[in-house]
Amino acid sequence: MAFVATKGGEEAIAAAHAWRADRRHGDGQGCTLKQAATSFGRAIDRVMAEGALYDPDLAARALLQAEGDLVEAAFLLRSFRATRPRLVDSLPVETGNMRVQRRVSAIFKDLPGGQRLGPTTDYSHRLFEADDGEQRFEPTLTAPPAETPCRIPGAIRILGEEALLEGVPLPHDADLPPDLSTTPLRFPAERRVRLQALARGDEGFLLSLAYSTQRGYGNTHPFVGELRMGEVPVTIAPPELGFEIDIGSIVVTECQMVNQFNGSKVAPPQFTRGYGLSIGHADRRAMSMALVERALRAEELGESTGNPAQDPEFVLSHCDSIQATGFVEHLKLPHYVDFQSELEIVRAIRAEATMPTQHRPTQHRQEADDDLV
Amino acid sequence: MISYNFAYLDEQTKRSIRRALLKAVAVPGWQIPFGSREMPLPYGWGTGGIQVTASVIGETDRLKVIDQGADDTTNAVAIASFFKRMTGVDITTRTADATIIQTRHRIPEHPLTENQIIVYQVPQPEPLWRLIPERPVAMRAHALGDYGTMYVKLYEDITRFGRVASAYEHPVMVGDRVLMSPSPIPAFDNPKMDRMPALQLFGAGRERRLYAVPPYTSVRSLDFSDHPFHPGRADGTCTLCGSTTSYLDEIIMDDQGTRRFVCSDTDYCSERQDAKEVTP
Repeated sequence: MAFVATKGGEEAIAAAHAWRADRRHGDGQGCTLKQAATSFGRAIDRVMAEGALYDPDLAARALLQAEGDLVEAAFLLRSFRATRPRLVDSLPVETGNMRVQRRVSAIFKDLPGGQRLGPTTDYSHRLFEADDGEQRFEPTLTAPPAETPCRIPGAIRILGEEALLEGVPLPHDADLPPDLSTTPLRFPAERRVRLQALARGDEGFLLSLAYSTQRGYGNTHPFVGELRMGEVPVTIAPPELGFEIDIGSIVVTECQMVNQFNGSKVAPPQFTRGYGLSIGHADRRAMSMALVERALRAEELGESTGNPAQDPEFVLSHCDSIQATGFVEHLKLPHYVDFQSELEIVRAIRAEATMPTQHRPTQHRQEADDDLV
Repeated sequence: MISYNFAYLDEQTKRSIRRALLKAVAVPGWQIPFGSREMPLPYGWGTGGIQVTASVIGETDRLKVIDQGADDTTNAVAIASFFKRMTGVDITTRTADATIIQTRHRIPEHPLTENQIIVYQVPQPEPLWRLIPERPVAMRAHALGDYGTMYVKLYEDITRFGRVASAYEHPVMVGDRVLMSPSPIPAFDNPKMDRMPALQLFGAGRERRLYAVPPYTSVRSLDFSDHPFHPGRADGTCTLCGSTTSYLDEIIMDDQGTRRFVCSDTDYCSERQDAKEVTP
C-alpha cells in the first residue's frame, strides 16, 4: 500500500513494526540474549566501538533488536548513551597495564614478552568446519593453553630509545580533549580529536581508506610495530575523594604502526607513528585506524598530499556510520514538496528550449554571458 | 562431507593458471592478468603464491615454504599444512631437497638449481605503484619502456640522502627490457635473481597478476654507473652458526634493548650448526 499518501501513516507504521517483530521471532526458536552474547563477540565489539559505549550486554541486546544490522545496533547504543548523565571522567587508560591475551610485532622476530597469537583466526584455513562427530579440518586443542594473560612491555619503546622513532606527538594543552559526543567537530582538528572520531568511525570506511593508502593513494610505508589485545583497568579519581578507584576493566585492541619517513626540510629521517585503538577484539579496525591516522598527518610531516585518506576534513566528516546512514537513507523520506518545485522549473526550461529561437526570452542572458567573457 | 581436488583448485582453474604462467615465461618480467580465485587464506597472506604452487605441484614434488627466510614462522607453517592436507606431498625444510620453494620476503642462501622452482608471494606486482598509482598509466609506461620516473626517484634519493633509500623491493630490470618488482625481498637478495638456474614464478592474488623469470635470465637491480647498486645486510655475526655473510635478523633480548643477530634463513643456519657439531 502507499506508504504516506494518506492520513493512515500511524497505522502503516504499526503494521511495519508488527511484520518486523514476526520476522525477528519467527517460530520462537530465535537466538537468546545469552546466545548472542557468547556467539557474536566480534559483532558486539564492533557495535560497541561504533556505538561509542562499552557495554557488551546492551550491545548484544541491540544486535538482536536490530536483526544483526551492525550500524542499526550501534545506533541503538548511541541513542541510549545520549540519555545517560555523565558522572565522572575516567583517567586515561594505560595500555601498558594491559593483561595481554594477544600481542604480535611484525618488525621483530622475537622480543621481550614474546609473540602471543591469542584467540585469532590469522592462520586458520577458511574452510567450512565439518559437523561434530566428523573429522575436523584443523587440529584443535581440547582446551586453550595454560598461558595466562599478563603484563608485557611495549614493543616499540626500544626504537624510541635509539631516537629511530619519533616521540608521541603531544596534545596542544593538558586539558581534557573535547568530547565529540557533546562538542561539534571543527577544523583544523587536533590529533586527539581526529583519533576520537576515527575510534568510532565506520569500520568499512576506515578499512577502504586504509587499503587505498596501500595501493599508492597516500602511501605511509607502514609496519605493525605492535598489535595488542587484552583487558585494561579503568580508573577514576573523584575530586571529592582525592584517591584513585578501579571501577572495572574493558577489552581493547591497540595498534602501533611504525611508518618509514624519509625526512623533510625540518626533520631528519626517522620512523613515525600511526595509532589505532578500538574497544573489543578488533584487529582490522585498530589497524585501519592506525593507517588512516598516519595518512592524516601527511601535511604536518611535510609530505605530499592530495589523496582522499590524507584529507582530514574529508575523512573525519564522513567516517561516522550513524551520521552517514541517516543522511543517505533519509532520501527515502517524502520529498514531494521539493520535487514539485523542481518539476515546475524543469517544465518551464524545457518549454523555453523547444520554443522557436526568435521567441526565446533567454537572449538577454546569452548577452550577459558574453559580457563576462 | 565436503571434499576437495588435489591441491584445492579444480583442474580447469589450475590449467588456466598454467596457461598464464606460460605467457609469463615467454615475456620475462611482464605482468600477466589471471583469474585469481578466493583462497582459504586471506589476501596478503600469499594467495597468489599459493595459487601458483597449487597449479604446478604434482604428487612427487617436495615442497618447502618459508616466510622471512624461516620454515617455522606461523604463516609458513599454515601454508605448508594447507598443502600437506590438500596434496599429501612431502614437506621439507631443506632447501636442497625441495623441488618447489614458496617464499615470502626472502630467497634462500643456498643457491638454487635447474631442478627447482621458486614461487614468490607478491603483494604489489606493479613496480611503479608508488609513483603512478593509476594502473593503466603505469601499463603504458611499461609498453613504451618509459621508466624515467623510477630513475628520477632513485636520483632524488641520492641527492637527498647520498644513497638509494629503498632497502627492500628494490626494482629490477629483467632481460634489459621490463621493469619488475622482485617482491619485498631485501636488496641483499636481489643479486641472487640474476641468471638463477631455477625457474622463478611470482603470484599476486589480490591484484590478479602473475609474472616469471625463466632460468638464466638477466636480472639487473636498477642503479647508476656512478652510484652502483649496493645490497646491504646488518653488520654482524650470527650468534648460532657464526655466519658473517648471511642475511641477519635482529632479536631484542630484554627490556634494556640488548640485541643479538641470527640468520634469517633457518635451514642454512641449522645446516651450518650441524656441520660444526660433526667437525668441531
